[in-house]
Amino acid sequence: MDHLLSIVLFTPLLGLLVLLFLPSSNKNLIRWWANLASFAGLLVSIPLITGFDRTKDFQFVETAAWIPSIGASYHLGIDGIGLVLVILTTLLGFLSILSSWTAIEDRLKEYYAFFLLQQVGMLGVFMALDFLLFFVFWETVLVPMYFIIAIWGGQRRAYAAIKFMIYTLIGSVLMLLGILALYFYHQSQFQVLSFDIADLMKTNLPAGVGWWVFWAFFLGFAVKVPMFPFHTWLPDAHTEAPTAGSVILASVLLKMGTYGFLRFSLPLLPDTSRNPQVVNIMAVLSIIGIIYGALACLMQKDWKKLVAYSSVSHLGYCTLGIFSLNPAGIAGSVIQQINHGISTGMLFLIVGIVYERRHTREIAEYGGLFKVMPVFSMVFLIAALSSMGMPPLNGFIGEFTILQGAYQMSFNWALWSAVGIALGAAYLLWLFQRTMLGEASEKNGKLLDLSPREIAVFAPLILAAFWIGLHPKPMFQVLERPVAQIVERVRPGYFAEHKLASPLTTPAASLR
Amino acid sequence: MPASLWPSWAEMLRFLPEIILTVAGTLIMMLEPVLGSRSRRGLGQFALAGLSAALAAAVVADGSPGPAFSNMLVVDGFATFFRVLVLAVGILTVCSSYPYLNREGASSGEYWALLLFSITGQCVMASANELIMVFIGIEISSISSYVLAGYLRDDKRANEAALKYFLLGSFATAFLLYGIALVYGAAKSTNLAVVRAAVEKGEAPLLLVGIAAALMFVGFAFKVSGAPFQMWAPDVYQGAPAPVSAFLSAGPKAAAFAVFLRVFMTAFQGVSDRWAPVVWISALLSMSIGNFAALRQSNLKRMLAYSSIAHAGYVLVAMAARSQSGSAAVMFYLAAYALMNMGAFAVVAHVAGKGERYVEIQDLAGLAQRQPLTAAALAVFLLSLIGVPLTGGFFGKFYIFKAALESRLIWLAVLGLLNSAVAAYYYLRILVVMYMEEPGEVTNGLGPLPLGLKAALAMPVVGLLVLGIFPSGLLDYAVKSAKFW
Repeated sequence: MDHLLSIVLFTPLLGLLVLLFLPSSNKNLIRWWANLASFAGLLVSIPLITGFDRTKDFQFVETAAWIPSIGASYHLGIDGIGLVLVILTTLLGFLSILSSWTAIEDRLKEYYAFFLLQQVGMLGVFMALDFLLFFVFWETVLVPMYFIIAIWGGQRRAYAAIKFMIYTLIGSVLMLLGILALYFYHQSQFQVLSFDIADLMKTNLPAGVGWWVFWAFFLGFAVKVPMFPFHTWLPDAHTEAPTAGSVILASVLLKMGTYGFLRFSLPLLPDTSRNPQVVNIMAVLSIIGIIYGALACLMQKDWKKLVAYSSVSHLGYCTLGIFSLNPAGIAGSVIQQINHGISTGMLFLIVGIVYERRHTREIAEYGGLFKVMPVFSMVFLIAALSSMGMPPLNGFIGEFTILQGAYQMSFNWALWSAVGIALGAAYLLWLFQRTMLGEASEKNGKLLDLSPREIAVFAPLILAAFWIGLHPKPMFQVLERPVAQIVERVRPGYFAEHKLASPLTTPAASLR
Repeated sequence: MPASLWPSWAEMLRFLPEIILTVAGTLIMMLEPVLGSRSRRGLGQFALAGLSAALAAAVVADGSPGPAFSNMLVVDGFATFFRVLVLAVGILTVCSSYPYLNREGASSGEYWALLLFSITGQCVMASANELIMVFIGIEISSISSYVLAGYLRDDKRANEAALKYFLLGSFATAFLLYGIALVYGAAKSTNLAVVRAAVEKGEAPLLLVGIAAALMFVGFAFKVSGAPFQMWAPDVYQGAPAPVSAFLSAGPKAAAFAVFLRVFMTAFQGVSDRWAPVVWISALLSMSIGNFAALRQSNLKRMLAYSSIAHAGYVLVAMAARSQSGSAAVMFYLAAYALMNMGAFAVVAHVAGKGERYVEIQDLAGLAQRQPLTAAALAVFLLSLIGVPLTGGFFGKFYIFKAALESRLIWLAVLGLLNSAVAAYYYLRILVVMYMEEPGEVTNGLGPLPLGLKAALAMPVVGLLVLGIFPSGLLDYAVKSAKFW
């Protein structure tokens, strides 16, 4: 099929358009339709996995004219990194909609409409190979998330929603300036107008300009990730958002930032990206994020806020891995992004489930749930172990690979990230102990365990966590080539220098 | 070349939109006294028909471009673009005015006639090739606008608005006229091409040209509500009837930008490095004053007035770029801006109720629950005003800042973009009130959306989404016609 990516991209939009014409009084019809549409979105993305050829770079490529006069085109394509993130998006998009069945009661139509619209934006971000197209999708995502927080959020939702929007807007307008600067340099060197990434990669930026463009991109991406010190919108947004909103925000939206670094900052600005000063700044910010996020988790009284801060800490590993600038670091980073999507997605769902039953997120209000809700507690345990990086679960693979990459760059980096891992185990186990163990109070004594629908939401995530943890090889194989592309781009001759077989030159068959 | 007394048919065709509008306006005034009260209701539809016919004529005239009336006017792509734009603004104004006037019980023929005359003036401005025609166009447009602003005779605020608009407006026009006189003295002509040649060859004394340009800048800056000549806008937009405020913020402003651009990019092209810094400062001031003042408003109309000052600032950024892509960006932005602002004011007109009692931001509380479609439309307009993708506002801003960077106006672009992020705050606040608060007295008592307003909301929404997803067509036309021979 030639238009597979477009089909995956626009299936949610089709669902959205039909949804708009359904009667808003018939709540069940709307629920069923939204679930169906997002499930269809997941189904159509499966041929991407089966049809993916890991010996090639960008696949399922589509090109169509969009704004020819300025050289912007509708250019889609995915490599291994794009593939795993697209699948993550379609899976979590469906699960988050499924998880909202009973949680949301009012203005259902708008709620599902915003989720489907957001799905289109996120998929577009991971598919676009045209910088302007990317930017349009990037900004499109903001609006539905703003409304999801603002309408269905908690007490301080107005504040959280506006803060989220303004932070990300400021970041992205400055990123837009960087994009335009790159675009004009490309134009002056090649006399061609193009926003195509492949074209822009050829641009030879003067060192000073590359520096500024890098930091312009950085602002856009770092706010999204979020990296310290741009993270302050995240605890507010996460805490106030409805459960499914938090899930999507943590699992997919944040990955747009790390993906931006991988797809744009590194390949387009290799000289600046390997500048030791830049690398050091990025590493220090990542490590501060890791440690600070973990320490903040230890201080939280609010369950959901704790999970939110754990995102800051975990995303620190992802950026640290990226700026290790070696295959282990970058591959580990991508895997960790997926892992974070799975484990933090679960943790937010878990908070959502107890919140739906008790309407409080105070950790102190809970305790002894293990006896009342055994299935739920097991799920929580798995999610926590996965999040803290315990083998044989997925988190271990990601964090270990990142540590390996970081160690190659500096012993200190590895040391500090190891401290972060220890802290991670501390706050998660402590949380588990405070909420699940001990005696159940009267209020908690009659809570219902997971319903079949809720189990259905968790099951795929738990499976994925075990699958990545026990059999990570397919992941590494898919990522091998795109990661090697990035490394070769930023550090030419890396593989020859380290006497490694480059996945780019070796025929793929001989590798296995 | 001696001009023949009777213009050729081709020239008449080029001038046909103005002719249609004038005839329609005059007919309305003549018919009104002889019609019964029931058929008088039809005058609005008649004005709509006149505008549509003029719009068709303007499109047809694009097929035979060229000068008319001894080079006094010229029909080129640029003129067509703005003529179509102001005529479209006129159509939207009629759609939103019709239910408004019925509600206020103030429906009368003179409103429609004045509207048509004002648009005639703006069409003349768009196609003026002569400083005298510029002046005549501005006067036709302004004098009708002054009256329109004070159309509700018994309303104190409307009277104040009209008086302020008239006094300050006449003052600004005087500056403009003085500038024109000096140009004539310096270049011995008021024809733009001749003036341009004289300036470029150095035949005109530079000092005189400079003073003339400065004076004309004052006049134009006033008309487009660019800082530091923006003071009138908040009071006038707040006091005038909502559909008139919408019209003022879109039609006369777009036409004024058209002549501003044409005069400064042709006649004063030779001294553009002298006026560019002035436009630069004015752009920054307009954006900052507009946005920061809007942050503090609680009155919707006043907030939109300040926001319109800020948007004039964005357009001035594109003007400061002094390039073809800058001029194209001006055109594209004004088109998108006209749609989103007309739409936003139409919602205000709907919610305000009889006598415009409810024009506070707080009055929109819970609109999304009572009238979800109206709220959704306003959300689209506001998001477009912020400049979020999938709306025309995004590409408008994108082209402006792209043009600015192309001309190396890096700091202006940075400050402008930061400004637009600040602006997001006050637009988002409206969304918060509309979507998150419980319906109040105002939204609970809101009647259904009349047909005219439905049209005045639906057309801009569709237009903005089209511009936001497929901007190519309009942009290509703008780039093609932004050449000043």
